[in-house]
Amino acid sequence: MDQLLQFLISGLTVGSIYALVALGFSIIYNASDVVNFAQGEFVMIGAMSAIFLLKDGLPYPVAAFCAISITVLVGLALDKLAIEPAKNATVVTTIIITIGASIFLRGAALLIWGKEIYGLPPFTGDQPITIGSATILPQNIWVMAGTAAAVMAVKYFFDRTLMGKAIMACSFNKKAAYLVGINVQHMLLVSYGLSAALGSAAGILVAPITFMTYGSGVMLGLKGFCAAILGGMGSSMGAVAGGLLLGLIETVGAGFISSGYKDAIAFFVIMLVLFIRPSGILGKAESERV
Amino acid sequence: MKRLSGYYVFALVTLALPVLFPDNYYVTVVGVTVCTNIVLAVSLNLLMGYAGQISLGHAAFFGLGAYSSAVLTVRYGMNPWLAMTAGTMMVAALSYVLSRPILKLKGHYLAMATLGLGIIVHIFFVQADQLTGGPDGMSGLPALRLFGYPIDSDLKWYWVFSVFMLLSVLFSLNIAKSRAGRALAAVHGSEIAAQMLGVDTAKVKSHVFVFSAVLACITGSLFAHQQDFVSPESFSFFFSIELVTMVVLGGLGSTFGAVIGAVLLSLLPEVLIVFEDFEVLIFGAILMVIMIFLPQGLFVALEQTFFKIVRRKRKEPADAAA
Repeated sequence: MDQLLQFLISGLTVGSIYALVALGFSIIYNASDVVNFAQGEFVMIGAMSAIFLLKDGLPYPVAAFCAISITVLVGLALDKLAIEPAKNATVVTTIIITIGASIFLRGAALLIWGKEIYGLPPFTGDQPITIGSATILPQNIWVMAGTAAAVMAVKYFFDRTLMGKAIMACSFNKKAAYLVGINVQHMLLVSYGLSAALGSAAGILVAPITFMTYGSGVMLGLKGFCAAILGGMGSSMGAVAGGLLLGLIETVGAGFISSGYKDAIAFFVIMLVLFIRPSGILGKAESERV
Repeated sequence: MKRLSGYYVFALVTLALPVLFPDNYYVTVVGVTVCTNIVLAVSLNLLMGYAGQISLGHAAFFGLGAYSSAVLTVRYGMNPWLAMTAGTMMVAALSYVLSRPILKLKGHYLAMATLGLGIIVHIFFVQADQLTGGPDGMSGLPALRLFGYPIDSDLKWYWVFSVFMLLSVLFSLNIAKSRAGRALAAVHGSEIAAQMLGVDTAKVKSHVFVFSAVLACITGSLFAHQQDFVSPESFSFFFSIELVTMVVLGGLGSTFGAVIGAVLLSLLPEVLIVFEDFEVLIFGAILMVIMIFLPQGLFVALEQTFFKIVRRKRKEPADAAA
């Protein structure tokens, strides 16, 4: 029982990060039908910028804020410089463009920050809190609470604000959205910025637990993609559920079966889910148009 | 005859290179890598370009070929050709079993499932160290013998790989113009429409998946013998992505597009190495720029421009006459 609680804590912590990355995936996918494989790079850039700004002597909250701003700028640049000029490209071509962008960003990070491994200090101390025989670190709570806050904010944005609703309109039908006077390109830009902000927030939250290098974004990005697919591509809350579920599967798999095979177990479960439900857990089945 | 004239030129150049430059590092060493990548890209193009089914896990089949040769010859002392056959049969069976459930998926879900397959196989190579030697890999494969002669020099390997590559390219060019190729094109266009025309889409997709996997698997076996070393690193997710990039960069759906993409992506690191730390950055930038400005791929774009010029040339005298 206590062991299960421990798994639950670590699973939900990792899962929260995946959820944030997956949410970023699904926001961009909704707005522009693009799967942005540079999503993981947002996480890395957010975390690395925060680490180095903190090193330069900025206070923690300021460093975090600046790091998120830097990543948002990168996200906006990605849309303006790489996605917008290739408007008529097919899905596979845009995938390769975003992969190119992620390689480019990784190369830039390598030049700026080098190959060393860095970590952030925890937000508020590292005194573990004991619950029964399970322990929880303050940073775990920060991660979960931070994710919950971000998810709530995103939900509020899409459900309650005019701009959020405008982005939703674009995702349903771009042409119709354009006809009712929505600036579609502007909305795409906003969704890239939002997605970059979520990614960098995930990076800053998780950097005190796992260390960061210029290449850390790849695996986090892949896991985020898995989570988004698991939940059903394009469904925001599906992405969050997928992320949490993926985190739990991974920790339980690592704990009970084998830690070496933990990623394999996660992918195996995802493939099984897809074989049974080809459009993810919360995704809607699509019909093909002839 | 005319349809394959481009192929004959390509074959002539490939076979003339080692005769003209027998000691050149770029021909005998890099050339083998280029040939390996060409076969892999061409096999992936069968699946992605012709049938329109994305795969982000093609390196898995390449790796399974390499590892089955390595494990069966080194651990069990099997004859290399027998090991290669056994490995190929295993991959054919595995890919056949997997093909139906995987190819039922579409678009991003298919990308996810193939990605998962690639990662699971890669993790298996790393973790099953009793069998595969783990992250350190394994070496000491026996020499491959052809008609009693061992293939033991870079030049001989170039011959083996170039002939194998040319056969694969010919096979792929011919498939495109066959009944099977037209069925694939129909599936690519619209599955429902293809079904209406009497194409068994599930069967067609499953067959091309198996074909493509088997071709990659045989390449892997040859690769293992040529390198005399296999390690999980060669078969990672990144390599799968590189293969997809080759196919798309050259031009999805064109065999020569895949060839050009493979040549370019194999040679690029050799060229970019002079930029040292800037290598990754420049590689990413080149990839983005080509895809943004030539979204249909390098080869296809060149081909279209070429035909446009030819047509204009032909039209001009006609206009003048009128």
